[in-house]
Amino acid sequence: MFGILKIAYKLLVNDKGKFAALLMGITFSVFLMIQMTSMFAGMMKKASATVMNTGAKVWVMDPGVTTVASSIPMPDSVLDAVRSMHGVKYAVPFFSGAGLVRLKSGAYQGVTVIGVDDTSLFGRPEVVEGKIEDIYAENGFVVVKDEEFSKLDSPGLGTEFEINDNRGTIVGIARVPASGLFGMPTLYTTYSRAIQYIPSMRYTISYILVEPADPKSLPHIKEEVRRLGYQTLTEDEFVDRISDWYMYHTGMGTNLLLMTAISFIVGLSISGQTFYTFTLENLDKFGALKAIGAKGRQLVGMILFQAGVTAFAGYGLGVGLCAALIALAKLKIPDYASIVTFGNLGLALGMVIVIAAFSSYLAVRRVLQIEPFDIFRS
Amino acid sequence: MTTAAIKAIGVSKWFGEGETRTIAVNEVSLEARYNEMLYIVGPSGSGKTTLLSMISGVLRPSAGTVEIAGTDIWALSENQIADFRLHTVGFVFQDFHLFPRLTTVENVAVPLILRKHRWAAAIEEARHYLGVVGLEKRADLPPGKLSGGEQQRVAIARAIAGKPDILILDEPTASLDGDTGRKIVEFVKTEVLGDHRCILIVTHDSRIYGYADRIVKMEDGHIVGIEKGALDAA
Repeated sequence: MFGILKIAYKLLVNDKGKFAALLMGITFSVFLMIQMTSMFAGMMKKASATVMNTGAKVWVMDPGVTTVASSIPMPDSVLDAVRSMHGVKYAVPFFSGAGLVRLKSGAYQGVTVIGVDDTSLFGRPEVVEGKIEDIYAENGFVVVKDEEFSKLDSPGLGTEFEINDNRGTIVGIARVPASGLFGMPTLYTTYSRAIQYIPSMRYTISYILVEPADPKSLPHIKEEVRRLGYQTLTEDEFVDRISDWYMYHTGMGTNLLLMTAISFIVGLSISGQTFYTFTLENLDKFGALKAIGAKGRQLVGMILFQAGVTAFAGYGLGVGLCAALIALAKLKIPDYASIVTFGNLGLALGMVIVIAAFSSYLAVRRVLQIEPFDIFRS
Repeated sequence: MTTAAIKAIGVSKWFGEGETRTIAVNEVSLEARYNEMLYIVGPSGSGKTTLLSMISGVLRPSAGTVEIAGTDIWALSENQIADFRLHTVGFVFQDFHLFPRLTTVENVAVPLILRKHRWAAAIEEARHYLGVVGLEKRADLPPGKLSGGEQQRVAIARAIAGKPDILILDEPTASLDGDTGRKIVEFVKTEVLGDHRCILIVTHDSRIYGYADRIVKMEDGHIVGIEKGALDAA
């Protein structure tokens, strides 16, 4: 079979014009599909940044919460109730809100303020300059050094600023795995200082971070929390909830679906048509091969191989092109929200396989229909 | 008594059914021997290509049997017939049907590759057959760079590369000038025909009739006569 596949390969790649058109169709299609889904994945990662950066396994929240930024404050009694539940190792309050920083220039800059439990500092970021203990100092804040850091005029240790008419001092510079979606710098402080500085309702706890005693106790905790009128989500469930909300309630999902479908249809039509034309042009040659003694399965093998080579080469080029473009964009725009995930690659691969299968189905049908006798008659 | 290379008995072929039925070949019987160059001639639509196709295992007859070296080929399965064509029959098509995207030597190697020869070995053997037809220096060119006569010789090299017992040439001079056509057929007669090979040529080029051992004339699906010998089975 190797020899016949080599013939198929040469027939394909030596027809440079057609091969280039086929490759271009699939490459363009893969590029669009991966680009679309990567942008979505990138935005979802940013949208779930606080969840991922905090590292808590279990989150307790109001059932109405749709994204991490839209927290609905809970009373302290819920924290007490959770702490007293069987199977809970520990539970801490967590604050997530927004404040306004007045810069030296007099301009205001919106910031995300995260308040971590005063006692344990559970959910704190990795401090790269300064010491985390200094967060207890008067007006102490830790600033995250990410793509948004410069929006606060790149503060150093000891830099003082004004936040919601209160004084703040930078006591640490930290880094986190992911930065937020809305392009705002992030400040960490203690929970008690956060609720003191950021105006809030009667209730102040945005989330309760829970560490179960063991994974088996999670269903019990969930049930107990549900009885209180709240809900419990694992880290993955919370990330999925955020993604689902953006996907199904913001129009992003529809746009993504549309663009991916369009990319797929473009690839399908260009590649399907070109590959079919390519086969038609070689139909007499396939007929001659059949007359000489090639079996149907060998001809099918040739066509599938040609479609496969084209599909995988186009897939590789499309992935490479997309990765190069994202890398280039990130050089210019550091917080460009686009990441290529295995899911994106798998989806595009699946669609490319469908394109290859459809194209070869048309070609195989035609080739199997041709009778060697037609070669004599021609 | 030696076995006939080809024995067609009462072979018929019709297309369509009922009132639209067209009989292309009507109860033809024919025998060809090894070391014989047999022509099938006749006007267009006389059934000569249809007869040739049935003899070579390409078109299933509506009635009758075809025996090649004593084997009833139409009793074989589809895959067995494909194998039969691959191992026993060599084709030189009217339009050559060479692969323009392969080199000349790769074209000649195609039947060998279909027989699962290793690529390098097949190419080596194909070079030998290109040498037989005098085109070894053209081995690495694509067929499109060759003249009509050279392409015809490449097609012949491809047909004989598999060492077939039966060689079939369909209108071998149709796209060649008279002199080149004669040279090709003379080459086939002197270099390709042998004790273990039978050659069938379909043609209406009377300029090459002189090379035939026998000429079978067809009209309206019937054999209407032969020249240079007697019809072996009728």
